[in-house]
Amino acid sequence: MSALLEVNHLSIELTTRDGVAPVIDDLSFDLNAGETLSFVGESGCGKSMTALALMGLLPENISRVSAGSITFAGETLNDASEDRLRQIRGNDISMIFQEPMTSLNPVFTIGEQIAEVLRTHQKLSRRAAWKQSVELLNAVRIPQPESRAADYPFQMSGGQRQRAMIAMALACEPKLLIADEPTTALDVTVQAQIFDLLKDLRRQTGTAIILITHDMGAVAEMAERMIVMYAGRKAEYGSVQQIIEKPRHPYTQGLIACVPHITADLSNERQDLLEVPGIVPSLKDFGKDQCLFASRCEHRSSRCTQQRPEEHQFSSDHSAECWHAVEYQE
Amino acid sequence: MKATNTDSHDQHNTNAIKARSPLAEAAGMFFNNYAAVVALLILILVFLMAVFGPILYQTDPFEMVWAPFSPPGEEGFLFGTDYLGRDLLAMIINGSRVSLLIGLSAALVSIVIGVTVGALAGFYRGFVEEVLMRITEFFQVLPTLLFSMVLVALFGASLPMITFAIGIVSWTAVARITRSEFLRIREQEYVMASRASGVSNTRLMFAVILPNALPPIIVQSALMVGSAILFEAGLSFLGLTDPNIVSWGQIIGSNRQYILDAGYTVTIPGAAIFITVLAISLVGDGLNDALNPKLRQR
Repeated sequence: MSALLEVNHLSIELTTRDGVAPVIDDLSFDLNAGETLSFVGESGCGKSMTALALMGLLPENISRVSAGSITFAGETLNDASEDRLRQIRGNDISMIFQEPMTSLNPVFTIGEQIAEVLRTHQKLSRRAAWKQSVELLNAVRIPQPESRAADYPFQMSGGQRQRAMIAMALACEPKLLIADEPTTALDVTVQAQIFDLLKDLRRQTGTAIILITHDMGAVAEMAERMIVMYAGRKAEYGSVQQIIEKPRHPYTQGLIACVPHITADLSNERQDLLEVPGIVPSLKDFGKDQCLFASRCEHRSSRCTQQRPEEHQFSSDHSAECWHAVEYQE
Repeated sequence: MKATNTDSHDQHNTNAIKARSPLAEAAGMFFNNYAAVVALLILILVFLMAVFGPILYQTDPFEMVWAPFSPPGEEGFLFGTDYLGRDLLAMIINGSRVSLLIGLSAALVSIVIGVTVGALAGFYRGFVEEVLMRITEFFQVLPTLLFSMVLVALFGASLPMITFAIGIVSWTAVARITRSEFLRIREQEYVMASRASGVSNTRLMFAVILPNALPPIIVQSALMVGSAILFEAGLSFLGLTDPNIVSWGQIIGSNRQYILDAGYTVTIPGAAIFITVLAISLVGDGLNDALNPKLRQR
């Protein structure tokens, strides 16, 4: 069986004042039905661009897919017509956004907004769509869904709005759900509830999930496999377990070391939190033939600044793009 | 699946006060504004006069009913008679129909043009915006009264032509407001979310963005009804009107030579215009306060 989603050597160019920058540079991955893949990385490393590219929603005029292909359920998306993409969006692939506060339309009730999606894609009648949206609100565990469906977004808490967003995204039982930092704006207890909900829904519907986050905890909780992105490139790829146990790329190691450990012995003096020194290179440095992480890397050698690292396979599902990944790991 | 979620956060929120819909809230704000409510009542009266007046008071406004220039109140004529001995009350009542009709339909014309132009420009940006906004600027710098006079003079002073002539010179403000609202709202995350759920561009424009852009457009439209009435009065004062219909401006225009001998023939229709337009402005102001979130809870 071929994968649900196959992305092959995808490159995306963004036109900026300084010229054209490859914000996604030769990215390949695949995703099977019912599986969760996580994208991890700092702000500006291309996670959200990847998501928008999958939806065919890259900002027009300033960005474009310059190479590679996106194949979803056997269909090539990057040359599909706008009409076809519109049919796919919300129906086969849907997306939930980072800010539940602002990603619902303030002038319509929650129920109307969910019903709208159903009416667009499934051609349900007004009444059937409303009934279905109440059921969906119930499925995302919003209490008293019949009356809450008639509420406006401002009458709901952040967690409830994110649930409503999830209900809307899952309304047409998509094959793929893209969650772009779905819990970043929520407080920790609500985050856990949202993840529980997503896991339950995935089990019930078999929806594949792409989880975009910078929260390693979320990744460990939700995903089977992960891709660590850095400056538009795939830094490391592998199963979540393998990467967390044995990160190969120095950037991944830095990311994992950044996570505070609440279980650290409180009686001892607390360890300082580690940070990855330096900042992400500016867009105009993207795409250079070198390791883009080199300027922040303690293992840097002359080779790192002269040639882009090749992907090094450690096992069938673990690889890293680093010249030194093998040596210093031992 | 059952609604098993019982976390206190959600429970608490469910039991919170049932907030009103944004519309109900705006209505509440509006009715707290006494000036606006009084103005609305006056407008309703004018509207009722326009609809039912000619049925209840059946005197023909064109017929000579008494000696010219009989002052208000005498001989049973509330507002007196004009220079041709026509009943001024009948003329005011019948004129209200024309004034309101032209005011509303001219405002409608300019809203339709303005919202369409502004929505397209603000939504598509780029080349479309450039072209549409240059056209808007072209209409903005035209001397409005002169341009509509030319239109009416060229194509005849029929009601639809006058309406169109007023509408075509006053849509620019609506277009600019609509465009600026669209520019702001199109960047909102819920627009992206709607796009991501497969909504077409047309629906994005008119079913997603426009409802959020409505408040300032509503306010502007209300004010535009007032200015359209004034505009019509100006045109018919200058004689650019259908001679077979009465309008308030036309009464003033035809009696203006006698302003020193029989001032009431000019002041009464003038007051009718003044009160109506003032009422519309106050209602527009009330709407602005009710719909503009920045003024809320002041």
